[in-house]
Amino acid sequence: MINVKNLHKKFGGVEILKGISTVFETGKTNLIIGQSGSGKTVFLKSLIGLHTPENGTIEFDGRVNTEMSIDQRRQLRQELGMVFQGSALFDSQTVEENVMFPLKMFTKLSDKEMLAQANVVLKRVDLVGSNKKYIAELSGGMQKRVAIARAIVMKPKYLFCDEPNSGLDPQTAIIIDNLIQEITNEYQITTVINTHDMNSVMEIGEKIIFLKDGKKAWEGSNKEIFKTDNEAVVNFVYSSNLFKKVREAYLNETN
Amino acid sequence: MNYFEHIGKYFMMLTQVFRKPQRSRVFREALSREIEVLGLKSLGIIAFISFFIGGVIALQTALNLNNPLIPQSLIGFAAKRSIILEFAPTFCSIILAGKVGSYITSSIGTMRVTEQIDALEVMGINSLNYLVLPKIIATLFFYPFLISLGMILGIFGGWISGTMTGIFSGVDYIEGVQMDFDPYLIMYSLIKTLIFAFIIATVPSYHGYYVKGGSLEVGKASTQSVVWTIVLIVIANYFLTQMLLT
Repeated sequence: MINVKNLHKKFGGVEILKGISTVFETGKTNLIIGQSGSGKTVFLKSLIGLHTPENGTIEFDGRVNTEMSIDQRRQLRQELGMVFQGSALFDSQTVEENVMFPLKMFTKLSDKEMLAQANVVLKRVDLVGSNKKYIAELSGGMQKRVAIARAIVMKPKYLFCDEPNSGLDPQTAIIIDNLIQEITNEYQITTVINTHDMNSVMEIGEKIIFLKDGKKAWEGSNKEIFKTDNEAVVNFVYSSNLFKKVREAYLNETN
Repeated sequence: MNYFEHIGKYFMMLTQVFRKPQRSRVFREALSREIEVLGLKSLGIIAFISFFIGGVIALQTALNLNNPLIPQSLIGFAAKRSIILEFAPTFCSIILAGKVGSYITSSIGTMRVTEQIDALEVMGINSLNYLVLPKIIATLFFYPFLISLGMILGIFGGWISGTMTGIFSGVDYIEGVQMDFDPYLIMYSLIKTLIFAFIIATVPSYHGYYVKGGSLEVGKASTQSVVWTIVLIVIANYFLTQMLLT
């Protein structure tokens, strides 16, 4: 569980995050949504330690970020898995080398053991037979799967994904969403996903946080988002006619 | 950002670079890769340029020393001194700044803009130590060999140019090369090489690591890093010469 309390972050005097507090629960897919510029990426990067917040705390299963020693922080980082928007894979390495990289850096496993572990996660993300391919040889969807494989190879406690569906076709986006949700349940990890994709919101949003102008404007589940009368959420999520109709159909069905 | 901020940030970067590598095995692998990319792959260009510039130095010296009272062995002596003192360490380092410096900035800069450096940091890896330290060790280790090769091939190129054109005699040239040999000059040259190697590894790394933006900015940073590396080599050359030879 990740407990965020009153998080503030400024860049050059401009306040981007204005006191966000929330809880991300273990074994659930937690989604952060909001318009471009609402502070989603800054929030996610603050959670993983790439930005240092001016105020507020982030508690990882009782361990408060501001009270950790350097060793504890290093240990915590090894418990984090991150899937970046552009995958951020090492393009000079093969798929297998990318996935084995965290194992090489943080474990004392033999080459054979590392390869076996890499093959397990590659099988889990359905990428068997791609071990020796370079990143440039893979499609966008395959690259996302390699990024997920690399993120879970160390069996993390926390998985963060920054727009994992961006640039993917709808079918591949659903496959990636389902894969993340399955992994979350299977490994019982705390997953936080930053997304613009309303399909993801409807399909896998067990907990959704809506950010507006650096503040938390709403939170709830994918069931509750259909019923909410929060104007900002309704305007954002149901901005397309298709989703308006989906909402109407859902509300008619449940009433 | 003003120059003082850049200088401060550069030295702050070095404090992160000079840490114990997290995994010695990974460090060794990275080091051998950097020796190949930054050192071995520069052998050809350094050999080619040294040979021909050595020839040009010898020919120009011969053409300017046409007084019959000046012994022909002076051509070999002057060429040797020029090559050992200036051409090999400074000129070759400037060439390496262009070739290797732009490679370092663009490779690290691309890693920055594609979030690969962020990925390393999130994993808990000291990205500066992981990316830059092997480059520094590789250049410090390999460039003295590269520059020594440049000296040998430069002097050899001078001899070949004389014997092939008949402008001066090969025997006189070799006599000049052997004349008044001072091992300290080799030492001076290698000390300069080590300082230049450090500049070539760290200044482009700084420009690449702190690049912001996209591919266009990586290109700009690459050009800027080559310019600054050459400027710093030239300035360091002046002060090192003053310190070590006067």
